[in-house]
Amino acid sequence: MALTWDNIKEGDALPEMKKTPGVTQLVKYAAGGGDFNPMHHDYNFFQSKAIGSIIVHGRFKWSSLGELVSNWLGHQGRIKKVSCQYRGMDFPDQEMTVKGVVERKWQEGGEKLVEVAVWTENAEGKLTTPGKAVVIFK
Amino acid sequence: MAEKIEIKDEWKAQLGIDSPPWTYEVTTTSIRAFARGVGYTDPVYYDIDVARAAGYQNLPAPPCYLGTPVFIPGKSDDTFSGPVNSGMSLLQFELVNVLDGGTEVEYFDSICAGDILTAVNRLVGLDVRESKALGQMLILSLEMEYKNPTGKVVMISRGQTILY
Repeated sequence: MALTWDNIKEGDALPEMKKTPGVTQLVKYAAGGGDFNPMHHDYNFFQSKAIGSIIVHGRFKWSSLGELVSNWLGHQGRIKKVSCQYRGMDFPDQEMTVKGVVERKWQEGGEKLVEVAVWTENAEGKLTTPGKAVVIFK
Repeated sequence: MAEKIEIKDEWKAQLGIDSPPWTYEVTTTSIRAFARGVGYTDPVYYDIDVARAAGYQNLPAPPCYLGTPVFIPGKSDDTFSGPVNSGMSLLQFELVNVLDGGTEVEYFDSICAGDILTAVNRLVGLDVRESKALGQMLILSLEMEYKNPTGKVVMISRGQTILY
């Protein structure tokens, strides 16, 4: 059954996603997103050496929050806003879980809106990317 | 690790100034490349027939895809792909390490393949913060505004760049 604004309740969890981006996935993200900072693919880059590893693009995680919301929404509306803060680094080949929960549902100016809290957790369950998204339903 | 960062007057002088505009393309190919990079399996972002069946005129831009800046050697940043004349070079801040602090996008309309957007960016904040791991950090707050060919603002992205 398609998601509708009427059948959403505050506190509803979004179907979670698990991702384990390896170096190849990060290279694909660099190509698609245009960020070729070597700290996301080159272990010999000075900043990677100082950190001890290459790291997952913050914006790969941000975009994954957008993907979570898009998958949940199933094109029954449009995404108005997606934001996040990068609180912790994530490393390649480590599983991250992308999660979300409905925080608020309201109407404004004739629009049916929903705000969701979204975030990523690393393999240890530590929150690395807390964020929010706002969706406008059809 | 920077001992102490002082915000210079010439940095402050750049606050609120729009960069020259630059063209960002949204194409079927660039949307697929972004969707693959993120790992989408939703065919709406790949298959035009499926996108049309879902009510779109063409492939829609996935959330967080900010268009692809036109790349011209010498005029574009070879690492980050945006225009080098975007008003501001990170090099002037004299700190070599760069991290992303946070990102936000706000949409004022739908964006889909075929859209050609014109964007300007501006520095809207300069802050010094202390991190246990990295020492003093300079936080740049940046804003980017994208217009469609009719001049309507369709998207604004905001972000914090951390230099240390």
